[in-house]
Amino acid sequence: MAGKTLLPGRARSAIQESAARFPAGRQRSAVLDALRLAQEENGGWLSVPLMDAVAGELKLPPIQVYEVATFYSMFEVRPVGRHCVSVCTNISCWLRGGGELLAHLENRLGIGAGESTADGRIYLKKEEECLAACTGAPMMMVDHRYYEHVSAEDADRIVGELK
Amino acid sequence: MGVPLAHVCLPPPEAEKPWRLDSYRQRGGYSSWSRVLDEKLAAAEILDTVKASGLRGRGGAGFPTGLKWSFMPRDCEQPSYLVCNSDESEPGTCHDRDILRYNPHALIEGMALAACAMGASVGYNYIRGEFLGEPVPRFLAALEEARAAGLIGRGLGEAKVDFELHPFVGAGAYICGEETGLLESLEGKPGKPRFKPPFPAQSGLYGRPTTVNNTQTLASVPAILQNGADWFKGLGTPNSAGTMIYSVSGHVERPGNYEAPLGVSFNDLLEHAGGVWKGRRLKAVIPGGSSVPVLPAEIIRECAMDYDSLSKAGSALGTGAMIVMDETTCMVGALRRIARFYYAESCGQCTPCREGTGWLYRMLTRMLEGRAQVADLDLLLNVANNIEGHTICALGDAAAWPVQSFLKHFRPEFEAKILSSASQREAAYA
Repeated sequence: MAGKTLLPGRARSAIQESAARFPAGRQRSAVLDALRLAQEENGGWLSVPLMDAVAGELKLPPIQVYEVATFYSMFEVRPVGRHCVSVCTNISCWLRGGGELLAHLENRLGIGAGESTADGRIYLKKEEECLAACTGAPMMMVDHRYYEHVSAEDADRIVGELK
Repeated sequence: MGVPLAHVCLPPPEAEKPWRLDSYRQRGGYSSWSRVLDEKLAAAEILDTVKASGLRGRGGAGFPTGLKWSFMPRDCEQPSYLVCNSDESEPGTCHDRDILRYNPHALIEGMALAACAMGASVGYNYIRGEFLGEPVPRFLAALEEARAAGLIGRGLGEAKVDFELHPFVGAGAYICGEETGLLESLEGKPGKPRFKPPFPAQSGLYGRPTTVNNTQTLASVPAILQNGADWFKGLGTPNSAGTMIYSVSGHVERPGNYEAPLGVSFNDLLEHAGGVWKGRRLKAVIPGGSSVPVLPAEIIRECAMDYDSLSKAGSALGTGAMIVMDETTCMVGALRRIARFYYAESCGQCTPCREGTGWLYRMLTRMLEGRAQVADLDLLLNVANNIEGHTICALGDAAAWPVQSFLKHFRPEFEAKILSSASQREAAYA
């Protein structure tokens, strides 16, 4: 990772734009936005040098960036597959087959929840909790896009189309 | 059907592209905020009207909104803040997502009116990170429309009102739905709830006076100002004014968000959702999101879906998320899934919650795997009782209530499951 430009210009300006929404001296508030932008630029995960670059951009001690990156479930601090696939198994989805849907995808992809496929194509997110689409259960999220009332066949098609 | 649906927070179904400014204006939108900008509607009148309307917070606790607003210090030095909680993540609940997608201007106008009533000049809308695909862009587009129309910004209208409104996108943490956890997150920290007091109205965001309100609460405000407090009160019951968007999920024919007057009977609401699916019988309902106590069919059948009726029945209206379970549901499995959620989402700062939620989950897992005894049910209850009331925030209580209520109403099923799982396990090893 070290050879790469850690924070491209567009990410840096987006981070500064985010920081401008908060009062002077409160740029720490922009750390969630900054980490999301950095993660998007880095194939879906945050390396330590990248988190350090975020700390530098926002003039924060690195620990204040690490503690946020490891607290929130949408940040990954190890390499993962290109596409993030989350199957909700919380109660409303569980009642309508969310658990079976996850098991089906685990079987089909040959990986467990929390793992990525060997070709680096798909990351099956671990222990996905309620995504607030309970009336569309069972549901899954692929790279921020919601799919509702998902059958096993739908899931096969959706993950099959991911490049 | 007994009670018809109503539209206060959700747009009427016939509205075309209801998320656009022109559509919202056609429905009378921004008429109250324009009166503020023309100096025809004063802060005190907004506060008095909302107080008189009986609006209560829709985020779960049901605290009277006007009273909460009145805790903000008068004429305080700026900035003071209004924060909207769109971090919707209570399992079973998905109506704020639809307000953001279909009626974002109602939320924006509601925030503007609320901020004016409290003398706050800056607002943030904290939206959960997973909403990045659709609800966030809808909200941002509406905010841009409002800004371009001179409705949001500095020195607005003849009254020269300042109201800046900014989005804030979270990153996945149920605990940030707790208002002080949300404020920590908004400050760029892990969302660990704060001790109260001080309450946010005294010391909130960056130590400044702050009020946090739920999305649906704020989206109710424009209609109240437009139609009056009496109209709003007339929609519900005496202690539960207005409407609620009920998220009906689980074992029903037509899951969906149904906005109806508070006090609608459970049976009417179930009928709107097409009844229990597959012609099966009703077993139990969690009436207000996964944190509130479960009620068996015979009790919920007698309930009206409002604050008082559900509280009297031993549960709560919570977020109005109705999770329906049919006769085939394994209550041990359902409780284990709920327990896993609180275990996964505990922020870890209070020992009873951090350790106790893990105990609950592991014990329930053992019961399903045939590695438990009936006497373990007492231990399960004991752990739940030792979490409840012993934590900084209500997540601990939310983890305990499902356990207590499932055991209260379905203990024989738990005993039978423990015994049958154990004998299956023995048979497998024989």
